[in-house]
Amino acid sequence: MDITIILDYLIRGLSLGSVYAIIALGYTMVYGIAKMLNFAHGDVIMVGGYICFFAMSGLSGNFEEGSMAATVVPAVAGTLAAMVVCTILGVVIERLAYKPLRQASSLAVLITAIGVSYFLQNAALLLWSSNPKVFTPVTGRGSLQVGPLSVSYVTLLTIAACIIIMLALTAFTSKTKMGKAMRAVSEDKGAAQLMGINVNATISLTFAIGSALAAIAGVLYMSAYPTLTPTTGSMPGIKAFTAAVFGGIGSIPGAMLGGLLLGIIEIFAGAYISTQLQNAIVFAVLIVVLLVKPAGLLGKMVQEKV
Amino acid sequence: METETLLNVEGINVYYGAIHAIKDISFHVNQGEIVTLIGANGAGKTTTLQTISGLLRSKTGSITFEGHNISAVRADKLVAHGLAQVPEGRRVFLQMSVEENLEMGAYTQPQSGVSKDLEMVFELFPRLKERRRQVAGTLSGGEQQMLAMGRALMSHPKLLMLDEPSMGLAPILVEQIFEIIQNLNKNGSTILLVEQNAQMALSVAHRGYVLETGRVVTTGTGEELIESPEIKKAYLGG
Repeated sequence: MDITIILDYLIRGLSLGSVYAIIALGYTMVYGIAKMLNFAHGDVIMVGGYICFFAMSGLSGNFEEGSMAATVVPAVAGTLAAMVVCTILGVVIERLAYKPLRQASSLAVLITAIGVSYFLQNAALLLWSSNPKVFTPVTGRGSLQVGPLSVSYVTLLTIAACIIIMLALTAFTSKTKMGKAMRAVSEDKGAAQLMGINVNATISLTFAIGSALAAIAGVLYMSAYPTLTPTTGSMPGIKAFTAAVFGGIGSIPGAMLGGLLLGIIEIFAGAYISTQLQNAIVFAVLIVVLLVKPAGLLGKMVQEKV
Repeated sequence: METETLLNVEGINVYYGAIHAIKDISFHVNQGEIVTLIGANGAGKTTTLQTISGLLRSKTGSITFEGHNISAVRADKLVAHGLAQVPEGRRVFLQMSVEENLEMGAYTQPQSGVSKDLEMVFELFPRLKERRRQVAGTLSGGEQQMLAMGRALMSHPKLLMLDEPSMGLAPILVEQIFEIIQNLNKNGSTILLVEQNAQMALSVAHRGYVLETGRVVTTGTGEELIESPEIKKAYLGG
């Protein structure tokens, strides 16, 4: 085994893992605060992908072919448009579908989330048809040559975005008043209300942040795997959910760690064992981890109060 | 004593589904008083407090605070009106530090006053200062009670409502907590105290109401109630 090849797989694994991590953050934050699994989260990624795709193809004609602006401006505008639309979509989904079920059983909420997921997929099918769209990477197609190693710009951007998001979220939840209020609500909604914290507004904010992150993840994922269809979001969605559980659902560092590990395992399993069994191996690892550590790698066992 | 009614509860009825938990309860708290609601488990003490703080709703009657009807005000808006509750079981944020818990108490307050208020609470509870960076989950029961009280004080409440502050604490700590309650009251806080420990509660309270299965059955000054043979028999163990 050549060290360069291993390094190459590792970087690709980190990049894929970064996408999973960014998506997993949305799952884990929403779970932490609303105690629900938002299975529609993966489909928000798909919507983000389409919005960015249309914004980019709409804008790219206005610039000189091959110029710097022709790559940068549509990419930035497309990403921002995707973030805005997904943020609104996430908040609206929460208001219309989940908020009325705040007191309902968790099974009812879970089924609703699956329903929302199918609704988004079918709405996308109706609006944008099942014909795949080919996404242009937001960074263009170049790559950086480091010695014998060739790393694409998409890979670099993805890893950088993941690091920046992690640092920003950590600062937000530990330093700002809103972020601390979010942690308070996720621990005890009643006590948080007694402090004067508006619980519904805090839940909306969490969905907004999670969905904006899903949009970023969508743009990055599509840049690496450019075939865009209405069901594109479900596989990375499920994998990221796995990553969140793997790392310990409800834990922000757990989602990061789970995502990165999952990406690395997936790439190495595909490279050295079998590409057909790639996904099966990823899920098998999850099962083993949950058998040994039921709360996930960084999760805490929470005792149900009686 | 010149009296001005701070909180007036008039004929409230609260239901849990089909269960009629609070039956036509009325009472009031005057400025500067310690008023206690005592009674056995299930008498409706906590339900009454939660109804005042907006976590539960009454079907009838009214709750007025400083002359404003607050019966329909959302729980998170009440803090700004000057009501603070130390909930049953303390319910501090276990995964947050002592200081962060106190900051949450000051959620509705302007940021500029927070550090001064922190010092005020630390002066009241020096133990909390020693542990300000520690996660609240690592505190003892007594320290958590102090934290829950300090957290409530951070919002400068006009009325402090305490739900079972003695619950689960060693006798020596219970005495400490009640001493603190009396001191707070001497410094001007009005206090509504819910307790199962009737002896302790009545010994510090100006007035008390005895609750039984969702009704007020007796009322009087702390001394009157503590001397009453019926109360002695039912709640004071002899």
